[in-house]
Amino acid sequence: MLEIKNLHVKLEEEDKQILKGVDLTVETGKVHAIMGPNGSGKSTLSYVLSGRDGYEVTEGAASLDGEDLLDLEPEERAAAGLFLAFQYPVEIPGVGNMTFLRTAVNAQRKARGEEEISAGDFLKLIREKAKSLKIDADMLKRPVNVGFSGGEKKRNEILQMALLEPKMCILDETDSGLDVDAMKLVAEGVNALRDAGRGFLVITHYQRLLDHIKPDVVHIMADGRIVKTGGPELALEVETNGYADILAEVA
Amino acid sequence: MALPQVKLEATEARLASLSLPESGAWLREAREAALARVQAMGLPHARDEYWKYTRPDTLVQADVPEAALFDAEGEVSFGDIDRVKLYFVDGVFDPEASDDPAVGGVEIERLADVASADIHWAKDVYGVLETRGQDPVERPLAALNTAVATDGVVIRATGKAEKPVNLIYLHRNTTSDAVLHHVIKVEDGAELTILENGPAAARFNKVMEVEVADTAAFHHVRTQGRDHERRAVTHTFARLGRESTFKSFTLTANGVLTRNECVIELTGNDAVAHVAGAALGDGDFLHDDTVFVTHDAENCESRQVFKKVLRNGATGVFQGKILVKDGAQKTDGYQISQSLLLDDDSVFLAKPELEIYADDVACSHGSTSGAIDEEGLFYLRSRGVPRDLATDLMVIAFVAEAIEEIEDEEIAADVLGRLEGWLERRRD
Ligand SMILES: Nc1ncnc2c1ncn2[C@@H]1O[C@H](COP(=O)(O)OP(=O)(O)O)[C@@H](O)[C@H]1O
Ligand SMILES: [Mg+2]
Repeated sequence: MLEIKNLHVKLEEEDKQILKGVDLTVETGKVHAIMGPNGSGKSTLSYVLSGRDGYEVTEGAASLDGEDLLDLEPEERAAAGLFLAFQYPVEIPGVGNMTFLRTAVNAQRKARGEEEISAGDFLKLIREKAKSLKIDADMLKRPVNVGFSGGEKKRNEILQMALLEPKMCILDETDSGLDVDAMKLVAEGVNALRDAGRGFLVITHYQRLLDHIKPDVVHIMADGRIVKTGGPELALEVETNGYADILAEVA
Repeated sequence: MALPQVKLEATEARLASLSLPESGAWLREAREAALARVQAMGLPHARDEYWKYTRPDTLVQADVPEAALFDAEGEVSFGDIDRVKLYFVDGVFDPEASDDPAVGGVEIERLADVASADIHWAKDVYGVLETRGQDPVERPLAALNTAVATDGVVIRATGKAEKPVNLIYLHRNTTSDAVLHHVIKVEDGAELTILENGPAAARFNKVMEVEVADTAAFHHVRTQGRDHERRAVTHTFARLGRESTFKSFTLTANGVLTRNECVIELTGNDAVAHVAGAALGDGDFLHDDTVFVTHDAENCESRQVFKKVLRNGATGVFQGKILVKDGAQKTDGYQISQSLLLDDDSVFLAKPELEIYADDVACSHGSTSGAIDEEGLFYLRSRGVPRDLATDLMVIAFVAEAIEEIEDEEIAADVLGRLEGWLERRRD
């Protein structure tokens, strides 16, 4: 269970408050969606939870299954079971995707006191997972995300999620820049991972992703706060009327 | 021109403690001429332009600064490569430890053994390429080496060498002052690979002269290990004939002082010369790559690829030059030197130079210095890769372009494995 309480975050470098008291609980086994206008703080929330530099938490708390996340290094948060599918996956020239994936899997196993996976077993595992996401051998050989199309980058994120089997997955606009077919593929990848032991926080602009990944709860974020929470119907309301009505209503 | 007083005194002080070794006629002449060159040039001084970034005093002075022995914990370079191993302990050949030097395609002799001969083919190379390399920039420590070296290998490849020849340098004495001089001739159409590894001595002065004849190929791969306190100055002089190939790669990790000079002359048309290096420095470390490539024939290609990873106040130096002589048309010259600075205390000093006297050439050079990509680091860490390991992955990625210059895949894999091993032990 991901619990966020009264989270206030400002930029480290400037006096700019971005999150102004976020309260949110994602229960294990549930899918929550966050929608909201551009610049409302959705990506900031995902970065702060995963431990990126440059932000300062001025108030509030965040925990995963009772473990305080904010005190942990990014790699410790990952080992604790948190996963962020990046809005903009990072290109790392020179580091082979396969090496990266195996290193990540083994690092997490090591952190949890488990045995490392053998090269042979890893190969089998990755072939199976890559196939369902239509990721070919060439994409595995290339440097991490280098020369990948937008869709390939997003599929590579889902592949990582499938390999790492996190407890809590945050997807930041995983649908942006995808055509309908690519989005279906990504959604199938996510749905295959839906499980009673795993929670999801799906950040998106559009209802269309939520047609494929059906959320249990939908939140609307505006100006650094969750301003409204409801069921899947809330996403449809946004789709037909935009944010204006909702924002006016809560103002 | 008379030498400045300080230089004259330092040179005389050093030469006072040295005497020319006994030798046969061919070598005696070469030594006497080299000594005369040293006297005329004087030994390097901190005020010399060519030694602006690297202090030469500990390489010049008569006393060898002590270098504690380093326990390499059994790590070996090139362990899985089928090779002929020739051991040198503090600069002295060890025949007992070494393999039988009878290898198909090559004749291997010991300098100490051929020194007493009246005449030897090595006469056309020993001190000859070094002398050519003194112009336009003086390299007095190489001339000093030619004058006093008593050991080294004298190798002639007449065909495709059956296996690589591995020169292994062991350091057993904390104040050893090793001088080795290797002479290599790769005859028309022949192919030879030389592997070198080991710290060699508390202070090491090595010269390798390589004559690469028409259509011949010479490959050189070396690792300079973690023996922290050692000092080394090495010179590689190469002359390339028509359609010949010369490729040299060096991996260096630690060492208080290393200056690797490489002087290459492309004298036959369509020749190819690549020289590359990856150096990892931590703390009290200075690594200097000084490269001079002269194009004196048409349609030749040269590449210089140097990468340095520096942390905790380490210093990296690169002085690289491409000289294209009048008439060396269709020259393709490339040079890149880059450093990855892992903190604010480390420094990279680069002096890339191009000097071109031909009008139909394509030459490019670049030099960069940068910090680690924080975005990439965060991405790796967010997947559970600890900071140290994530940094090392990016370090390996950074130096990969230099390692890729090694043509033989097995040797390249060995070098990469060695690098990964070093990084891993550092993390533990
Ligand atoms: N590193 C940063 N530097 C400057 N401004 C930032 C930074 N990160 C976020 N912001 C600002 O914070 C606000 C929220 O951004 P973001 O979290 O990306 O919103 P969303 O993902 O909802 O579009 C925006 O006004 C954005 O410009
Ligand atoms: Mg965003």
